[in-house]
Amino acid sequence: MTGILFAADGVNVAQNIGFGVIAVVMIVAALNVVTTKNVVHAALSLALVLAGMAAQYILAAAEFVAVSQVMVYIGAVMVLFLFGIMLTRAQIGRETGLNNSTWYAGIPVAVILFGLLGWVVLNVYDDGSLFANVNDDGIIGELGVEGQQETVTQAISDGVLSTYLVPFFGMTFVLLAAAIGAIVLARKD
Amino acid sequence: MLAANFLLLAALLFSIGVYGVIARRNAVMVLMSIELILNSVNLNFIAFALMQGSIEGHIFALFVIAIAAAEVGVGLAMVLLIYRNRKSILLDELSELKG
Repeated sequence: MTGILFAADGVNVAQNIGFGVIAVVMIVAALNVVTTKNVVHAALSLALVLAGMAAQYILAAAEFVAVSQVMVYIGAVMVLFLFGIMLTRAQIGRETGLNNSTWYAGIPVAVILFGLLGWVVLNVYDDGSLFANVNDDGIIGELGVEGQQETVTQAISDGVLSTYLVPFFGMTFVLLAAAIGAIVLARKD
Repeated sequence: MLAANFLLLAALLFSIGVYGVIARRNAVMVLMSIELILNSVNLNFIAFALMQGSIEGHIFALFVIAIAAAEVGVGLAMVLLIYRNRKSILLDELSELKG
């Protein structure tokens, strides 16, 4: 349990340093999202968090999900957020009254939640007995145990178009219903 | 790469998102905090896929991304509708359903 962030043996040092740098950027940007007084700044910090998340996906050998993250979140969702901000606000700049009067109640909730989750993670997932690709010191081994024969993207397409075909079609209908519903809700009549 | 790193980062981002949902009263800011929560769960899926050496976590993460995009679209449409009717998107002023 000691040396979680900077273990010495069997760890890819470059990967760990990259993870740490991106993680610090993401945490600072996420704190800025929930504490800033400027709504536009919050949206741009959220874009930074989403970009950092895509970088973490690449570190975790999930290229296809990383590219999807960039296209869907940074491309589409951020534009939606910026439009939402511009269409629902009068002034650009600092704004008062973004927080509830009882905003401080969120601090103990978040701290207790993180303490609980961190305790569980450190106790359960520290040794790798639960997972195929993790050794006894809690270090992830070489990447792509299953993906030797095919690339990750090929494996994803095989899964989506065979095992998960029915959920995939269900998801397409959910997206269609959401798009029509958003148009119906937002149009002026 | 240690197994607990991704999970701890995801837990921290999840907690920050929960704080944002509780503390903010601007509806757009609450939606942004919900995006933080959804993204942290996605990071957990990818981390578990890496640990297990399987591909299912990637597929689930893609599903979550699609549903999150739908959720943001409908959510912002509702926020626009509320703003058009009330000229305000402060959540604590929406009290018509209170008995």
